[in-house]
Amino acid sequence: MKNYPKYSMYKIIDKTFFSDNVVKMEVEAPRIAKARRAGHFVIVKIGEKGERFPLTIAGADRVKGTITLVVQTVGVSSRKLAALEVGAYITDLVGPLGQATHIENKGTILACGGGVGVAPLLPIVEAYKKAGNRVITVIAARTKDLIILEEQIKEFSDELIVMTDDGSHGKKGLITEGMEAAIAKEKIDEAMIIGPAIMMKFAALTTKKHHIPTLASLNTIMVDGTGMCGACRITVGGKTKFVCVDGPEFDAHQVDFDEMLLRLNGYKDIEKAAERKYLEENN
Amino acid sequence: MEDRESYLKSERAQQWRVDLRNKIKNKERTHLVRVKMNEVDANMRIQSYVEVNSGLSIDQAQNEAKRCLDCVNPTCITGCPVEINIPKFIKRIEQGNFLEAAKVLKETSSLPAVCGRVCPQEKQCEANCFYTQKLKKTPVAIGYLERFAADYERESGQISIPDIKSTNGVKVGCIGSGPAGLTFAGEMAKKGYDVTVFEALHEIGGVLKYGIPEFRLPNHIVDVEIDALKKMGVQFETNFIVGKTASIEDLKEEGFQAFFTGSGAGLPRFMGIPGENYIGILSSNEYLTRINLMHAAEQDTDTPVVSGKNVMVIGGGNTAMDSVRTAKRLGAERAMIVYRRSMDEMPARKEEIHHAQEEGIEFMTRTNPIEYLADDKGRVNRVKVQKMELGEPDGSGRRRPIPIEGDEEIIEVDTVVVSVGVSPNPIVPDSLPELKTTQWGTIEVDKDMLQSSIPEMFAGGDIVRGGATVILAMGDGRKAAQAMHKYLNHK
Ligand SMILES: Cc1cc2nc3c(=O)[nH]c(=O)nc-3n(C[C@H](O)[C@H](O)[C@H](O)COP(=O)(O)OP(=O)(O)OC[C@H]3O[C@@H](n4cnc5c(N)ncnc54)[C@H](O)[C@@H]3O)c2cc1C
Ligand SMILES: Cc1cc2nc3c(=O)[nH]c(=O)nc-3n(C[C@H](O)[C@H](O)[C@H](O)COP(=O)(O)OP(=O)(O)OC[C@H]3O[C@@H](n4cnc5c(N)ncnc54)[C@H](O)[C@@H]3O)c2cc1C
Ligand code: SF4
Ligand code: FES
Repeated sequence: MKNYPKYSMYKIIDKTFFSDNVVKMEVEAPRIAKARRAGHFVIVKIGEKGERFPLTIAGADRVKGTITLVVQTVGVSSRKLAALEVGAYITDLVGPLGQATHIENKGTILACGGGVGVAPLLPIVEAYKKAGNRVITVIAARTKDLIILEEQIKEFSDELIVMTDDGSHGKKGLITEGMEAAIAKEKIDEAMIIGPAIMMKFAALTTKKHHIPTLASLNTIMVDGTGMCGACRITVGGKTKFVCVDGPEFDAHQVDFDEMLLRLNGYKDIEKAAERKYLEENN
Repeated sequence: MEDRESYLKSERAQQWRVDLRNKIKNKERTHLVRVKMNEVDANMRIQSYVEVNSGLSIDQAQNEAKRCLDCVNPTCITGCPVEINIPKFIKRIEQGNFLEAAKVLKETSSLPAVCGRVCPQEKQCEANCFYTQKLKKTPVAIGYLERFAADYERESGQISIPDIKSTNGVKVGCIGSGPAGLTFAGEMAKKGYDVTVFEALHEIGGVLKYGIPEFRLPNHIVDVEIDALKKMGVQFETNFIVGKTASIEDLKEEGFQAFFTGSGAGLPRFMGIPGENYIGILSSNEYLTRINLMHAAEQDTDTPVVSGKNVMVIGGGNTAMDSVRTAKRLGAERAMIVYRRSMDEMPARKEEIHHAQEEGIEFMTRTNPIEYLADDKGRVNRVKVQKMELGEPDGSGRRRPIPIEGDEEIIEVDTVVVSVGVSPNPIVPDSLPELKTTQWGTIEVDKDMLQSSIPEMFAGGDIVRGGATVILAMGDGRKAAQAMHKYLNHK
């Protein structure tokens, strides 16, 4: 009774591993490919019993009618998606969601991406570049293997700084050190940060110190992604906002990152147990 | 009006109804006692999601149908927003012709099995029944009988599909698949239109699926009704957000000539009190969606839900009752309602409040939360509540709650569900700057035509009314279909 007809069937037509944990997928979704802009995301659901979870649209091909997703496997749902082979179908996919990035020529942009946050950063960097900005990009990860999309980011960046915690690639150090280096060299008009909540917290503190207007793209827990449930709510400037409809980008200096970090852990124990079970059953 | 009255008269004059009326004297009829709905025992039902009400037997239904006096002036009908010909269907039940009874329901209501379960009959048809109005007795159990006829038809496997005019090839779009949208779609299909329903979620049914729990309205009952619409040729597009996945402009280019927006009031409100974003504090929409739509309580699904031993639900509407009773079923030892007015002002249906009481729900009335407190992990563990007294009636006609200074209490909780109302879903209005909305964010429509400031856009249900009821949403869907039909014919 649940096989409702669909405009698109969300077929996976290409799949590439960036590392053991990060996979890029190209998925058929012609309407979304046409409607999406930088900053938008989709909600995905794998299988009848799957959960709904958000992924940024990392790129799109209007002619082919496909969108690109970059997924880091962190738990059951992301693993289920990453396990789908070319030719398979994603059960449900809805979007584009959220407010698109407001792109204009602002001068010099400092784009900062941590870990898999580089995937959502890519279309934004591309859009800023095409709007005539000078773009300096800092990307960072724990180790060399976790640095993704370096070539693609480079193509749209006037300058690229790569940082790894262990120094296995680029410079050794945290993303904030890379940011400091860039800020020391020239005047930055605006910064954009995307990555794990803890990284965004410290990156925001760094730009605040230098009075650089900064946007952060937030990755809270979501269910519907349409403003209906309030699971994604956070505090910005003392007010409750819904990341899925008001965001995902907000003034990074106004975001209560500590509250966001707490809320992200809301289901951690349940999820860790579920992941252990999934891995036992699938290995 | 004249028309309808004479139509009802001529129907009432039909021989089979005259015969039935003559069979039993009115005096005898009024001495019959109202039927009691069969229910699953409270201790049993809180162990599972089994439907609380288990329906009437054939005997019970026919006995109850005998109570109806087949009034000359059936005031009950005026209480029904979709004007079901109530005495006619009830008399079909008395006669034993249950499938015909179901057909009568479907003349005006596209979701009788749903209405029979969730309509506030005590405020609508039953409040206007001759028994209530003139005899000061308990009204005919119109709602139970409606449910009986609809269930009988469904279980018989002989569901009647309404007659459909041959297709006219005109494409119309319906935004949202709640009761407003489903009704609109059915009506337009009957008139021969090529109807597509767009739904943002992965399931069809709106609040009927994601909000109202299984123990009140099983999903499979909604599915049967949706299936009937499919058989009538209605097409459904899930995972499709009009205004995001495609704009109204895009859809017009694809040949859609007019639209009905039934996108509902799906934006939860919060109270803005300290600590409200702690872990373990959810909106009722999130809580119910996780359970009903995502089946989070089942072992083999991926969506998690937190639901603790001490669950507090803030609010007194149907949504609050559904949430608190769900919490009980998820194993809460204390499942509490905190409501700022008194029992009498509670907006939830009486039957649901009664069922909640039977299930051991605690009611803390004239109480309001003012602050949430949390452990060192940010997980809510206590609520500070304030006692209230009731002042003069306010704009809503209910007595205004006033805080009693200093009268506060701390209650231990591990989950809080906030159920203090919803606002209209803003996606459609946001995508159409020229669409006129009110200061509350509802879509402005012409009262008779339900036409918005964009001529080819009609709207109804909660997106126009704010949080209302299933039957009002359905009434709007019907009205809008008629108006759109007229509009398209005169364009
Ligand atoms: C707007 C937005 C864009 C995102 N874009 C990407 C992206 O491009 N690539 C990518 O790899 N990840 C992205 N994420 C994060 C991604 O949604 C989560 O990693 C994913 O949901 C984890 O699911 P899981 O079941 O595999 O892990 P789980 O074991 O369920 O959870 C692991 C962690 O993921 C987070 N998480 C869990 N459930 C959700 C949920 N429903 N919504 C959001 N976060 C959740 C929590 O922090 C949790 O602790 C994005 C999140 C948001 C909000
Ligand atoms: C928990 C709960 C219990 C209730 N109990 C009762 C009861 O007992 N009796 C009663 O009469 N009423 C009850 N109500 C109220 C009743 O459910 C609503 O009044 C009714 O569902 C409104 O119908 P609707 O068709 O206007 O909207 P909804 O049922 O809200 O449906 C709207 C649909 O539109 C979709 N949508 C929104 N925007 C878009 C878009 N842009 N594109 C595509 N799709 C979109 C949504 O996803 C949703 O599925 C209850 C409500 C709740 C939440
Ligand atoms: S008013 Fe009551 S008694 Fe009269 S027709 Fe309606 S249901 Fe029957
Ligand atoms: S995810 Fe439900 S409101 Fe944002």
